[in-house]
Amino acid sequence: MTNLTDAQLVARCRAGDQAAWAELVERFSRYVYAIAVQGFRLAEHDAEDVFQEVFARTYTRLDSLRDDAAIKPWLAQLTRNLCLDRLRETARTQPTADEELEPGGFDETLVGLDDALVVREALELLGDPCAELLDRFFCRDESYRTIGGALEIPPGTIASRISRCLAKLREQLEGRNSAADASGGR
Amino acid sequence: MSEQIRWNEERLAALLALLKPAPAGWIEAAAELPRLRSVLDELVARAEVDAGLRAALVADLESALIAEGVEPTPRVLDELRQRLGE
Repeated sequence: MTNLTDAQLVARCRAGDQAAWAELVERFSRYVYAIAVQGFRLAEHDAEDVFQEVFARTYTRLDSLRDDAAIKPWLAQLTRNLCLDRLRETARTQPTADEELEPGGFDETLVGLDDALVVREALELLGDPCAELLDRFFCRDESYRTIGGALEIPPGTIASRISRCLAKLREQLEGRNSAADASGGR
Repeated sequence: MSEQIRWNEERLAALLALLKPAPAGWIEAAAELPRLRSVLDELVARAEVDAGLRAALVADLESALIAEGVEPTPRVLDELRQRLGE
């Protein structure tokens, strides 16, 4: 299922495939979470409300999506709008323009998150053990000791393994870019 | 910018760190939406033709949801109250 394109995944969700829906939530959960928490710096309880509302609306509005492949920008826009609504509610002042509510540098943050999602997809294609190792270290902030215990590898070898896995990830991304260049892009 | 610079290891590490996992409970709740929607649809349909069930739902929505295997979160309670026309 993880090898499906975004468009294929959306089509399956629309057909009522519950496993596809769970995969869609998993695929974009970090992205939506990051927009709310990093992009808009929402408090955890506000971020949770936005997160659930994003997926609830996505589920009920999949039929209105014009381009299945555009689910990512669609989710980004929906998350942005709901974050702004939440900030507007909590501001409790006169109607405020979106530009005033949106944190400075939000567009740059979103570009970074888009790039991060590309890297994330490549990481998943790379598979374990590298995917798990890099996820534990960079995304979950686990120590060498914790990672070593969980993956049953000597903590003293983890730094070198991380370095090798990052090199593999770079190769994966460069290979993907070369393939896209050769075919003239998507 | 060349791809080699764009995807150097330092940048990859920084980009990986941007996407932290959302709390597991949030993901589980969102993944459960189709099943939840199905249960709520069925419950509302039954309530439309069964006055006794409708009265029981209005009287104690939380217990009714628990009996249907649905966690009565504030979001679910709000939605169901709206759909029952309270």
